[in-house]
Amino acid sequence: MTGLRSTKPVTGASLGYDWSELVQEDRVHRLIYADPQIFAAEMSNIFGGIWVYIAHESEIPNANDFVTRRLGQRPMIVLRDSAGKLRALFNRCTHRGTTLTRAEKGNAKSFSCPYHGWNFLNTGQLRGVPWADGYACDFRDSTYNVAQAPRVESYRGFIFVTLNEKMPPLRDWLGGITKPIDEWLDRNPGGKVKVCEANRFKFKGNWKLAYDNSSDGYHVIYSHRSLIETEARFQDGPKGMSYYKNSPDSLDMYVKYTGNGHHFKDKRPNLEKRPGGLWAIESVHPGMEHVEEKFRRLYGARADSLLDLAGSEPVNINIFPNLSLLGNHIQVFEPVSVNETNAVWYGTMIEDETGELGEAVQDINALRMRTQEQFPNFGEVDDLANFEQIQRGLDCLEDEWVYMHRGLGIAGRIKHHPDGSITGPATDEVFMREYIAQWRRLMECDPDLTVTREIAP
Amino acid sequence: MTSLTRDPSRSSYYVTDEFYSDLIAAFTDWQGDDRAVSDLGERDLFRRLIEREARLLDQVNYEAWLQLYLPECIYWAPSTPNAGDPRREIAVMFDDRRRLEDRIFRLRTGYAWSQAPQSRTVRLVTNVETFAGKSAQERMVRANFQINEFWDGEMRLLAGWSGYRYVLSGGEWLIAAKQINLIECDRSLRNPSIIL
Repeated sequence: MTGLRSTKPVTGASLGYDWSELVQEDRVHRLIYADPQIFAAEMSNIFGGIWVYIAHESEIPNANDFVTRRLGQRPMIVLRDSAGKLRALFNRCTHRGTTLTRAEKGNAKSFSCPYHGWNFLNTGQLRGVPWADGYACDFRDSTYNVAQAPRVESYRGFIFVTLNEKMPPLRDWLGGITKPIDEWLDRNPGGKVKVCEANRFKFKGNWKLAYDNSSDGYHVIYSHRSLIETEARFQDGPKGMSYYKNSPDSLDMYVKYTGNGHHFKDKRPNLEKRPGGLWAIESVHPGMEHVEEKFRRLYGARADSLLDLAGSEPVNINIFPNLSLLGNHIQVFEPVSVNETNAVWYGTMIEDETGELGEAVQDINALRMRTQEQFPNFGEVDDLANFEQIQRGLDCLEDEWVYMHRGLGIAGRIKHHPDGSITGPATDEVFMREYIAQWRRLMECDPDLTVTREIAP
Repeated sequence: MTSLTRDPSRSSYYVTDEFYSDLIAAFTDWQGDDRAVSDLGERDLFRRLIEREARLLDQVNYEAWLQLYLPECIYWAPSTPNAGDPRREIAVMFDDRRRLEDRIFRLRTGYAWSQAPQSRTVRLVTNVETFAGKSAQERMVRANFQINEFWDGEMRLLAGWSGYRYVLSGGEWLIAAKQINLIECDRSLRNPSIIL
């Protein structure tokens, strides 16, 4: 020890906290949401140290397509190179640090730094610098190639990156959560969806407030009361949110924790098990009566299964730390600072590559846009306002604890299964306790994060 | 079907593929000098209509505000600067008559936490320009807007321009469609819970 400060990014292990004090069985300390140092450590231990969702393959379908995203706070270019390989480059010139592109998306075989003109292939390889004869170094050395994530993997179109070479393969890390992901995809023709713009939000609160909420069946009846009352204004039968009105814990829906911070809330058991069962609980949307009338006239009994494709799948599938599939949305949480987060609700549409839906796909997708716009506009806004108020409440320094003990200590309520998964009633906070225990294990570590500048084919 | 079940406040039969196509056509390449209406009286007429809309929204007088719209109307805030095709892109909002009324109903339940406390707003509308529509009974109008919003102790600004499709109905100019183009439409918005 020299006593000098380390230049290494802060990690959880370097903070000196007693993590067992901050994260207890039934409660967590306010600091996990409010301490800028813990947030800084999360940018290494979580957003970099494990597999993190970064983009969807349908956003970069062609060779040389790219989108710009962030991995924690690191600006990234996620791209498909000329050979079709997925890469996640730091959006940072190796010379002086300028970002290489400011575009949200595009198609480019190379990137030129706007400051001094250093030029890089989209593989990350340095192609040339102006007046190279003014340098003594050998630019063929990989030192000056763009840094990129050493590992990029896709699970059925969902692209994840990590800077931690020790992470297991993505498929293994996802584990049991792949089953609901598969089901979520396979209900669409070809087992695929395509991203089509988004409802984009930001809120002044810590990113974990959104993840805490992701499988929370307890908040629905109150936080979304305005939506539930709006859906009931014509008294025309129960809609999707009405499950939670009376005795949600006695229904067949449940929440399941599958490991590594991943979990899902499954409302599908509440549906009538028939084509049209999903459509039957849909709320009201622009164009719905027209499309339903048209489909029943044109397609007869098949209309029900076609209408289900425009309906919202009643599951919330949450992949730690930042991805949430709910309804038909791909929701992504982007930490901005300890008390600022973006929540981006990417819409999805059907790509009917084999033509099995015929002309119906146009109406299904148009209606699917309208079903997806409802919850962000009528529900999410209220959650986000409540997240902001939590962050404000947590400024009460002497009131230290946030409780997540619903369902804890009641015999027979929480079930542990042979595959290691855990289930409980849909309003239980068991998924929060389990994911935050995983968060604690990750934060206790001192992960070794790396980038590569070698250009693997 | 009786006329009651076709009431656009209760059901949505009018948002058809043809309706979308017509809407997109109306909002494509409409702001050209060749289509500008130079008549000052007409420009003043639409400017007064748009200023009145701004005042009614600032006063939270939604009943009077809804009267400015055709029964079969569209209230559309695209999520991309080029507006795009709402059949294939999520919008910030794409409300028909019923959803617009849902929005007002929700704000009045007393449980819309995103509007507790309710925002106070002052809207500025300016740069009003009038363009020909596809018939003498139709006009396209552009106006820039700035919404000054005070919410929960903070001031913020929403800026952009709106495109209005006005149609002459029963001797009155009513809004068939309003396209609200926020200049930050493709970025994350904080608490977009007011009616724009």
